[in-house]
Amino acid sequence: MSKNCFEIIRAGINSTFQDLGRNNLYHIGIPFSGAMDNRNYLLANKLTGNNHNDPVIEFAYQGPHLKYHGDKINIAITGDVSFKIKKGDNLINGECYQSFILENDDELDIISTNKSVYGYLAISGTFDLKFQWYSCSTNTKAKIGSNNGEKLSVNQKINVKEINNNFVHRKLNYVNTKIENIRVIKGTNFNYFSEEGKKIFFKNEFKVSKLSDRMGMRLEGKKIENIVDTNIRSEGLIKGVIQVPADGNPIIMLSDHGTIGGYPKIGVVVSADYDKLVQLTPGSTIKFQEVDLNSAETLFKLYDLETQNLISQI
Amino acid sequence: MIKNISNLGDAALYCDFGKEVNKDINTQVIKYFKTIQKKNIAGVNNITPSYNKLIISFDLKKINFNKLKKVIDNIEIIKGDSIQNKKFEIPICCEKEFSLDIKKLEEKLKMKEEKIYESFFEKEFFCYMTGFIAGMPFLGDLDENLRAKRLDTPRVKVPKGSIGLTEQFANIYTFESPGGWNIIGNTPLNIFDSTKEKEPNLINPGDIVTFKRISKEKYQNYHE
Repeated sequence: MSKNCFEIIRAGINSTFQDLGRNNLYHIGIPFSGAMDNRNYLLANKLTGNNHNDPVIEFAYQGPHLKYHGDKINIAITGDVSFKIKKGDNLINGECYQSFILENDDELDIISTNKSVYGYLAISGTFDLKFQWYSCSTNTKAKIGSNNGEKLSVNQKINVKEINNNFVHRKLNYVNTKIENIRVIKGTNFNYFSEEGKKIFFKNEFKVSKLSDRMGMRLEGKKIENIVDTNIRSEGLIKGVIQVPADGNPIIMLSDHGTIGGYPKIGVVVSADYDKLVQLTPGSTIKFQEVDLNSAETLFKLYDLETQNLISQI
Repeated sequence: MIKNISNLGDAALYCDFGKEVNKDINTQVIKYFKTIQKKNIAGVNNITPSYNKLIISFDLKKINFNKLKKVIDNIEIIKGDSIQNKKFEIPICCEKEFSLDIKKLEEKLKMKEEKIYESFFEKEFFCYMTGFIAGMPFLGDLDENLRAKRLDTPRVKVPKGSIGLTEQFANIYTFESPGGWNIIGNTPLNIFDSTKEKEPNLINPGDIVTFKRISKEKYQNYHE
């Protein structure tokens, strides 16, 4: 009997199991969750020959350091990530967007993401996980998802249920591009803000605050003045919504957001730009550019086509 | 009835039932919610009812705003199809250690503690919506004389089970979370249970809720 597993030597800052997230639960207060950067999630699974919706480990800033025990297995890391693989006395510099074989006692040290927030680790096989509502996606605030809703912790063991015996070396030539402008559609409360406030929103730069996580991204900049009411009747939220509370600083709802909220919505980030938005590190600047619904739909088609294209190149 | 449908970003419909908040309008919202949920429209990811709005988010790969709007515009709500209301009596303990903001409320409302509780426990509440955090029910309506604003500075941690008041509503913190409502007591009852995947929420929109005061002894020995 072989027991394949990863032993966690260092857990990293926020390493969690993620997949495509869970649907149809907003009405009871459970957010979508899922991998923050959808494209990099899909590419990681394809590079290891998995199903497109298989669980992966998502990490932020500093990733986990893992020691592998068991039969040989393929792994792949996506994003903009520095990592090393230790095979006995050999230390190999890892490269993103290609598969590597791990054998018994090899170590994988995911040192950090570079000028980005999230990275993804997929294995050629399935982690042994308990799902909740058909998804492994972990929401650590609500304690929902695999690993009892917790992030990975040191000394823990992650068991591998099955290895797909597909050891083809896969590689993709791809570099994550940085984004300059985040495109948004005006929100349902756009007219709550003064003319000057609207101008600030679309013309000025905002700084990504340190108080950003999987729930939301807080921005700092020139105060956006509200001339109607700084509260609205609480109503549903979706990811990408930009709320402006009384202090005048925008907050963007991300994948683990509260399902309802009572601050005015000045805009919504277009779906095509979401993956790039979540990768913006604290301290970086962000500028909003207005687009209409039609253009947003076209942008999404292009984004999706590009993603499918990349997947088919693997 | 839906007064207007607009887009919230590129992947959600924003259905507006007007500005007022009352039981009748909210019942309409819930009826739409249940009808749309039953239809299982391909591409729809989430439907979120609130006091007087319904937000339907969708997968842009499968459907878009105009197509889904047409479906919703033409949806038929079955008349007279009443919502099945469940009734709950929630035990709460109002001892000092649980009623964190009762003294502040006495000041804000210019009412004595006993009067606040008397008015609160007499009330039959209606669940308008659940959310913000998993399973949190938004219950209304408090009598006019019990309506107070949020705390000036929200708590970083509100204990699990806390019952809070703000404006015309009462709610229950289903797990420890930040929050700014005025806390008047705590329930030993589990309001949200993620291991019950089919029905994790004890209280759902449309349900009727009353509260019953229990002693500290009962609270400590409470078994569901």
